[in-house]
Amino acid sequence: MIWKQDIECMSPGDMKVLQSERLKQLIAYIYRNCPVYKQKLDAAGVSPDRIKSIDDIKRLPFTVKEDMRDNYPYGLFSTTQDQIREIHVSSGTTGNPTLVGYTKDDLKLWGDVMARVLCCAGAEPGDTIQIAYGYGLFTGGLGFHYGALEMGLRIIPTSSGQTARQLKIMQDFKPRILACTPSYALYMAEEAKESGIDPAKGNWKIGIFGAEPWSESMRHEIELIWNMLATDVYGLSEIIGPGVAQECTHKDGLHIFSDVFYPEVINPQTGEPAADGEDGELTITTLTKQGIPLIRYGTRDIVSIRHEKCRCGRTSPRISKIRGRTDDMIVVRGINVFPSQIEHVLVGIEGTQPYYQIVVDRQAHKLDEVEVLVEVEQRFFSDEIRRLNEIREKIRKEIENVLSIGVKVTLVEPKKLPRSEGKAKRIVDKRKL
Amino acid sequence: MKIMQISVFLENRQGRLYDVCSLLGDNNVNIRALTIAETESFGVLRIVVDKSELAVRLLRDNHFVANFTDVIAIEVPDKPGGLASILKILAENDVNIEYMYGFVEKFSDKALLVMRFEDTDFAQQILAKHNVRAVAEKDIEGL
Repeated sequence: MIWKQDIECMSPGDMKVLQSERLKQLIAYIYRNCPVYKQKLDAAGVSPDRIKSIDDIKRLPFTVKEDMRDNYPYGLFSTTQDQIREIHVSSGTTGNPTLVGYTKDDLKLWGDVMARVLCCAGAEPGDTIQIAYGYGLFTGGLGFHYGALEMGLRIIPTSSGQTARQLKIMQDFKPRILACTPSYALYMAEEAKESGIDPAKGNWKIGIFGAEPWSESMRHEIELIWNMLATDVYGLSEIIGPGVAQECTHKDGLHIFSDVFYPEVINPQTGEPAADGEDGELTITTLTKQGIPLIRYGTRDIVSIRHEKCRCGRTSPRISKIRGRTDDMIVVRGINVFPSQIEHVLVGIEGTQPYYQIVVDRQAHKLDEVEVLVEVEQRFFSDEIRRLNEIREKIRKEIENVLSIGVKVTLVEPKKLPRSEGKAKRIVDKRKL
Repeated sequence: MKIMQISVFLENRQGRLYDVCSLLGDNNVNIRALTIAETESFGVLRIVVDKSELAVRLLRDNHFVANFTDVIAIEVPDKPGGLASILKILAENDVNIEYMYGFVEKFSDKALLVMRFEDTDFAQQILAKHNVRAVAEKDIEGL
């Protein structure tokens, strides 16, 4: 079924009218309520009354991740904090995390777009969903939760981890839908086999996978092992969390909910829109959000976009799977990792220099593993293994505190790792995605 | 009497120990005592050489991490119970040994052991008080 038939199948002409009206209201609202944005718009010479149609969006300045960092915590909010009902944080590039806040209406919006996601993937009212995304500050778990509530599904909020229990719950309660990261789906298949469960006879028939990049071959493998339909969900906490775009059962691009999240694909070199089918940075304007609405926010995800109607009946534009990033962020087990975070940790530990390299690997059917290579410095070198291990342990703990994922730290000889010549090779990604 | 030990960080890679030894050998530095402590991913080479200042300069110039450590080279009677007699003194006076290893050769009828202490000055006092002879840096250079 299609959750919001009138919106999701709206004619392009009507959609444009709706988007234009919403953009006008949005800019007036932000200009009135957010001093940081008012300044930004004034600096760009844009007065709200000049915004008459969605095509005027090109006059508006871009918003980048650094804007969120520079105005941490509340600078980009358009409401006072007493209107905020929930906050989530994700990792920032350095130091401060990225904070997002939802008003009551924003949470309603989240539930609505997530209900669209679930329907898009083939969920029917009365289905049971096992939500194995992490619940908490990460938006994955609660985003799916609100959507499933809105749609009227039976929810099993297992959160992530405890694989044996996940499998038992699948067998006992027979949920038809599984939501988790794609690598966790493969990992669970391996665990299932080891405990004598045949994944192909599992109960999950629909998978909604996201929060990390994955390929068509990985989809094929998941579908084969679990005997299920594996679909891709897209989102980011700055915009709403999961619920920005979702594949329908035809698996031919992700439907982006453009009545609320207006997409542009921008050529990073020119700052101009890319043509349909051409790669560029996905840039989103949140047309109806209240708490922390964003204008032309650069997601740093590289995608292409298409506008023709889908076989499923939806008229919304479709974006490709993420083809890359404009920055050096990597996603490991659903967590965003920026090399700069590790640099920040090393600078903070006395005696260490920020010479490091991050190696990410994924053994077949295993979770991603992160190894951080750190050069040994004259100042912290000791003849005693115990002291070297203490320092290694300290580095490991501090990195884990910042990244919230387990890492292995290996000490290496100096001058082994690349120096920052332009974009240094900070990351070696050995994963076959 | 303290002497200099040189500690060198080594990755667990083929040929790394050779790299150190050939660098020292090519520059006429003689290794008198040696031990390696290893972990799964790295090791620490500890050596006593005849020209320690030169050795450290060479190593650092060649991008090795190398430090000086104060150790004491102690003469131990080369007979059953010889080492035990020294360890007894240390134990009774609460002197902690971090690690120890032997010299390649002797230069009297006694064995020569390198000992690294938690508190080197304190260890030195105790050893002197009990007339345990330690070798001086110039003795090593002359070896």
